[in-house]
Amino acid sequence: MAAPILELKNVTKIYGSNVIFKNISFSVKEGDAIVIIGPSGTGKSTLLRCINLLTPLTSGEVYLDGHEVNVKGKNEDEVRQHIGMVFQNFLLFNHLTALDNVVLGLTKVKGMKQEQAIEKGRHELKRVGLADRAEHYPGQLSGGQQQRVAIARALAMDPRVMLFDEPTSALDPELIGEVLSVMESLARENMTMLVVTHEMGFAREVADRIIFMEKGSIVEEGSPDQLFRHAKSERTREFLGKIGDLYGKKEGAKKKK
Amino acid sequence: MLIFLQYVVQGAGVTIAVTLVALPLGFILGILLALLYLYAGRFVSGITAVFGTAMRGVPPIVLLFILYFAMSGAVNLTPFWAGSLSLGIISSAYQMEIFRGAILAVGSGQMMAARAVGMSRWRAIRYVILPQALRLAIPPWSNEAAIVLKDSSLVYALGVAEILRRAQLLAASTQQPFLAYGAAALIYFILVFSVNRFLDWLQKRMQIPGLHLSV
Repeated sequence: MAAPILELKNVTKIYGSNVIFKNISFSVKEGDAIVIIGPSGTGKSTLLRCINLLTPLTSGEVYLDGHEVNVKGKNEDEVRQHIGMVFQNFLLFNHLTALDNVVLGLTKVKGMKQEQAIEKGRHELKRVGLADRAEHYPGQLSGGQQQRVAIARALAMDPRVMLFDEPTSALDPELIGEVLSVMESLARENMTMLVVTHEMGFAREVADRIIFMEKGSIVEEGSPDQLFRHAKSERTREFLGKIGDLYGKKEGAKKKK
Repeated sequence: MLIFLQYVVQGAGVTIAVTLVALPLGFILGILLALLYLYAGRFVSGITAVFGTAMRGVPPIVLLFILYFAMSGAVNLTPFWAGSLSLGIISSAYQMEIFRGAILAVGSGQMMAARAVGMSRWRAIRYVILPQALRLAIPPWSNEAAIVLKDSSLVYALGVAEILRRAQLLAASTQQPFLAYGAAALIYFILVFSVNRFLDWLQKRMQIPGLHLSV
């Protein structure tokens, strides 16, 4: 079996006396889609930022392709090139067109030639269904379109793994679907992804494994079927039950065969 | 009146020259100071803050004399250069605040997104932060440009023959202070007005389509 693309060993983040998460360990194999769920304020987003070195870990180890990344002297910019990140609030570069948002990293980080970068940029925009919006500025796009451009921007770097930090939480309900379907197609293409989300329908259908986190720890993890139907922990059942109620019957109904 | 204007306007070249030295110098130093303040370590950041606060806490004319004598003690500078460079240094303290505010208004998310793509901090500043911050800075900067243009009159105190200096000479020799200073005022007004109109135009031209950052 191939070595995992991403491996976390006992990672811990503490702000002052505030423990954000503690001793989290798991690994992500190539082509895996892992979904992290759990109540707000559980440290899920911080965990993603720590993996991407945007926030320093207090302790623990993160390995990308078998190489430890959060060690002193390691070139963080180099590491981040291989990890795609999609944020809750899109964070497109406001002063650039959709195409230039995708192209900027290619030319300024990867050192690709402009023409080549534009070609790749157009390809990535096509991949998220926005070939016709290449010349639009973020302010001229809907939230769903902006998030898809953000996905294209991350994909363009040919990352080893994609991190999604609640990618649909800032979207109007009718725009969520377009972003989720892009993510689903990525999963089908066997992109390795780690997704923090409250979209249980997505988790159930796309995840190879679901990790339920609460108060900075992993409560339970397993296949969607395990967690949704045979959760070992009372707390997991309670949380999934609540979420089901909140997000309506349709999700619950959809999956019942 | 026309004769008065004709005489005083000959100082406009010097006024413009002083401004064209002071304003760009203040611009470059101001951006540099703002970046150091925001992104450098605590020590350097503290020094820039002290510099800015000190410079903004003292009248420009007082600083002008101090810097003028400090500079001419160290190197041999003409009053024109000493005055212009001094005004530029003074302006940098104000421009630092303008750019600091503009960079903060761009938001930390843009930096995070740029870093997430793999850009170094410097690249993120150059390709993502500054292009947006400079646009946001145009309106307040336009104000500072007008102030520097008007403050260039201070170098008259060093004997530089700019607009005000010539008006003063004219007032003394003709005994017509109202006409002489009136001519100076009119010329300053035309200059300031033109600069502001130009910057308004620039701001509109540089506006990012679809983006309505509340200003």
